[in-house]
Amino acid sequence: MIETFIAILLGFGFGFVLERAGFGSGCKLTAQFRLTDWSVFKVMFGAIVFTAVGLYVLELAGLVEAAGIYVPIPYLWAIAAGGALIGAGFAVGGYCPGTSAVGLMTGRLDALVFFAGLFIGTFIFAGFFPQFDALTTAGEFTKGDRLPEALGVPEWLVLVAMVGAAIGVFVLGGWFERRARAAGQV
Amino acid sequence: MEISNACELPGSKPYWPAWLAALALGVVLLLTFILTGHGLGATGFTTRLTAWLGDIAAPQWTLANDYLGPMVEDGAVLSSWISWQVLGVFLGALVSAWLAGRLAWRIEGAASAGRTGRLLKALAGGILAGIGARIAAGCTSGVGLSGAAVLSVAGFVFLGAFFAAGLIAARLSGGGVK
Repeated sequence: MIETFIAILLGFGFGFVLERAGFGSGCKLTAQFRLTDWSVFKVMFGAIVFTAVGLYVLELAGLVEAAGIYVPIPYLWAIAAGGALIGAGFAVGGYCPGTSAVGLMTGRLDALVFFAGLFIGTFIFAGFFPQFDALTTAGEFTKGDRLPEALGVPEWLVLVAMVGAAIGVFVLGGWFERRARAAGQV
Repeated sequence: MEISNACELPGSKPYWPAWLAALALGVVLLLTFILTGHGLGATGFTTRLTAWLGDIAAPQWTLANDYLGPMVEDGAVLSSWISWQVLGVFLGALVSAWLAGRLAWRIEGAASAGRTGRLLKALAGGILAGIGARIAAGCTSGVGLSGAAVLSVAGFVFLGAFFAAGLIAARLSGGGVK
């Protein structure tokens, strides 16, 4: 019961923030790929860095146990192939799965159709599962599931680099956005 | 000077600036990890809903299917944390859009691609993403955002492939939704 309540509450926050960011709009989302609006890079990378630093600090303080945090397994070919298909679907269709859920709730019929496409895609995957099965676990990277172990560097160094990269994304993105505005592309 | 932005509904409140949205999304994601040990997702739900729909429309095929079968075997395919979380996403998006005056039936991008063209592209995109999310065992939220936030190799490989393919596909398909 309490778990269900927490799930709805966290989901509510997720959906609310995505909509506020403008991520219910396929137009605003794909403007990232036209390089005229860098909100997707900025918001995603900013949130990633915030959470990564937050988890690190909480683990240092003993408030969160690292072993209890889920880390996806690096099946590199599966992740790269799936990620590329979702990226292509994003560019063509205007959304990714989560943002299409947000978009359809704002009344965007294109988001509703994209969301319906997810089911067709899942049925196709299931129908050809014998062919896809080997790909879903292809290319397991065994040196480590996380960047610090994979690269052999301390976690704080990875975090410092990511904070620097996040600042870079905001500066570079701001430059591209000003340029697009000056050129009348927005 | 007023900057016109076709991505915003006339008369609606402006979207949050990126820094504020990044901070708020970071707070929600961090809270999710603290409270549950895992991140946020989306296609965990659509996959379960696919299995549930399959069980209604074609129960024998679904049960015999090696991928969907095990999900429907025990009967309660939708009863899962991710289903409630996505229900929350629907509600949060609805409330946010309502408060900002952004609720309106529309087909975004119809101006440049035409109604039918835009909807066909949306359908094609959804199908590609649906297949991709099953190959990668997650989507932009579950593997990209949540995976990168725990510094996983999977998360960063996903984001790299996702954005590279997106940039190329946008060039080839007319520049996305305008």
